[in-house]
Amino acid sequence: MPSATLLAQSLLSGIFIGGLYGLMGLGLSLFWRYLRLINLAHFALAFLAAYLTYQFVGVLGWHPVVAIIAIVPAFFVIGAAIQALFLRFAISEFASLLVTFGMTVIVESLIQWYWTADFRRLELGHDGGSLRVGPLFVPVTEALLLVVTTVVCAATWAWLHFTYAGKALRASAEDRDIAAAFGVDHRRLALVLAGACVAYAALAGAFFALIFTLTPAQIFAWMGVIFAVVILGGLGNPLGVLAAGLAIGVSEALTMAVTAPTWAPLVSFSLLILVLVLRPSRL
Amino acid sequence: MRRRSGPIALVAATAALALLPLLRPPAFYESFLYLTFLWIALATSWNILSGYSGYFSFGHGAFYGAGVYTTAALAARFEVPFVWTLPAAGLVAALLGFAVGAVVFRVRRLRGELFALLTLAVTFVLATVVLNTPIDGGPGVFLSGVAVPKVYGTTASTIYLFGLGAAAAAVAAAWAVQHSRLGLALFAISDDEDAAQVMGVPAYRAKLAALCISCFLAGVAGGIHALFVTYVTVAETFSITVPLFVILMSVVGGARHWLGPTLGAVFITALTYAFVGGEWAVPGRAVIGLILILVILFLPHGAMGFAARRAHRRPPRLVAASAGANPRRLAVGSGPRDAVLLRCNDVHLTFRGVRALAGVNLDVRAGEILGLVGPNGSGKSTLVNTISGYYRPDTGRILLGQTDLAATAAHRIAHLGVARTFQIPRPFPRLTVLDNVAVAALFGGGRLDWVAAQREARYWLDFVGLAKHALAPPLELNLHQRKFLELARALASVPQLVLLDEVLSGLTPAEVTNALALIREINARGATIVFIEHNMRAVLALTHRLVVLNHGQVIAEGAPHSVVRQPAVVTAYLGTAHA
Repeated sequence: MPSATLLAQSLLSGIFIGGLYGLMGLGLSLFWRYLRLINLAHFALAFLAAYLTYQFVGVLGWHPVVAIIAIVPAFFVIGAAIQALFLRFAISEFASLLVTFGMTVIVESLIQWYWTADFRRLELGHDGGSLRVGPLFVPVTEALLLVVTTVVCAATWAWLHFTYAGKALRASAEDRDIAAAFGVDHRRLALVLAGACVAYAALAGAFFALIFTLTPAQIFAWMGVIFAVVILGGLGNPLGVLAAGLAIGVSEALTMAVTAPTWAPLVSFSLLILVLVLRPSRL
Repeated sequence: MRRRSGPIALVAATAALALLPLLRPPAFYESFLYLTFLWIALATSWNILSGYSGYFSFGHGAFYGAGVYTTAALAARFEVPFVWTLPAAGLVAALLGFAVGAVVFRVRRLRGELFALLTLAVTFVLATVVLNTPIDGGPGVFLSGVAVPKVYGTTASTIYLFGLGAAAAAVAAAWAVQHSRLGLALFAISDDEDAAQVMGVPAYRAKLAALCISCFLAGVAGGIHALFVTYVTVAETFSITVPLFVILMSVVGGARHWLGPTLGAVFITALTYAFVGGEWAVPGRAVIGLILILVILFLPHGAMGFAARRAHRRPPRLVAASAGANPRRLAVGSGPRDAVLLRCNDVHLTFRGVRALAGVNLDVRAGEILGLVGPNGSGKSTLVNTISGYYRPDTGRILLGQTDLAATAAHRIAHLGVARTFQIPRPFPRLTVLDNVAVAALFGGGRLDWVAAQREARYWLDFVGLAKHALAPPLELNLHQRKFLELARALASVPQLVLLDEVLSGLTPAEVTNALALIREINARGATIVFIEHNMRAVLALTHRLVVLNHGQVIAEGAPHSVVRQPAVVTAYLGTAHA
């Protein structure tokens, strides 16, 4: 049994990785619930943003904040363009899974072609560093990520519940035709939401580049965990996604501390299978 | 005759390819053809469940991987002769599939995309377990020391022949399934699972059987491939490549045809081989991704689906109506006339606080036409849905003879000779009109064999006047014809009780007259009928007895003309006079 300090430290890192899970899952969850489309390309686009961050910050030497300000709006446009394609072809929920799978493969080979399959790591001169709190280390970038995730999730939740656009979206998700009859322009809302979802993915990707080492293969490695987070959190519920991300992050970190790191995937996937089988109505 | 040409071509092609190594082709061709065979086997095996039934599995890598590691473990660690590891690989994969399916398919209305994600998760779980246990443990398993029988003198030729055998077996299985009861059941499930169950299709067993066949074939292919690569690792085996490629190949080739995945596999394997190695491997993958997108957007039914659609544009052959001289009797086990056939006993059903059925007590007597009327929302269709097993009542019993239908699965209710029509017709859109009716004949109360079911289906199509549309897709029918198709489906199942849910709504007066004559004819041949309708003139003209439903309860029953004068009935329809 590991020591109390080690357990506390892994609990902390579980919370931080959970924040990243939440931010990664948020866009996927909203896309699925309110547009009734499963955007598998979410992961590939997040990693594309991560590689771009690596390029701008690591190679061109921009400040990370400048890179994020440049990347996130660009991905908003990409998201809206994808949604425009789906609307143009009236894609079904199932076909969206296959089409975005194709997009994932294209983006992944693009990344592998330009940045190769080698590991890429941002070497920041002005490393975010860590704060020491008692016996524990608190990495600053991760802590910042957790704050950003919480703010974004809360703001999205408030947007959905307190603004006209948010209420119109929720009405559209219940019954698109009836909502349209009451004057909801689903098309425009859908483009905005899709843009926002992919922008969230880009934000998550940028933080990913600041914290982790990049390889193209990770695109697929992240799919399972994030789907587990999205489904556990309840579709279209930003606060649920955040809570589920933290729960899975912590349980994985504790599993890694108590057993071997290679067992960690079992936690999220077993949870995912249990929820799908026992509570399919959550979707 | 068309049914023979497929297998003959398959046997001839397999025999020719089996003799190919005698020509001593360069090793390159043998390995290229072997890889093509592997993908034919994997894509075709995937298609048997996913293509036919529409339940797309993203977990084919798990079943293939189970086969890979079964052979690797048995041959490398326990020195079991290679040939004997193959059936074991198939069985282990089939058992895994059975375990997954037995759990997953029990979940009512688990939608297709959830099934896809769930099977993907199974792959990751299996990979984690294999990686962390002595099955692999991390470093991978070498099979270089495994002894292989040498046909034609070389190991490569042997592996080539095994691959050919696996591909031929998979294609043969796909052909056999498509031309069997199971295949028609899977197609019906793919189009409308609930309607299929009401017509007697045992959906759970059909999906499970297809999954087991699919997994067995994938497991055997995996076992052979373990020998081909000689060094198996978790990362390679359980990668996303297998599910991606099998889906791509089947969708490109056409997922509702036994030969579709083969076409797709040959095309995609040749494409990847052209790009293999060197600087073109990565852009080649992007091209494959692009092809997937374009196919879904522009050719959603695949090459074979496209060909089938083109073929269908030809004017339909006229079907010889096989109407027999003597009218067919319905009513499989009809007892004496006027005995109680079906008894609803205090049936309750609540939807989130809405009391749809609030204690329905109702008898249906053998041989009668019972009218069931009531205002909109009074529970008529809910009652039909409950009797036919689509809903399960909260409390109460629905007795057909000694059987309580409240505790019986929808397809078993159909086997007992209860048939229904849907208020809004629900034909299987991608089956022909004839096959729509044949599904009911095959799986309904009659449980006919294939040939008899086709004959029965043609008979009833002729009876309702749709014989010349037999080979058309149901989407070409107008509303009136679709209602009659519903009727033909109900009749072909050889029912003793037919529940007709607003068959007249939306029909013109002439069509109504036509329909009433048909219903009388059905009743004259021995079937008991429950007739739900708003058209009071038709109800009064047709029914022997009338039951009025309001707010989920029976408020009146008796002879039609006296029931409609009862004050409670008038109030229910017109409200209370306040003047």
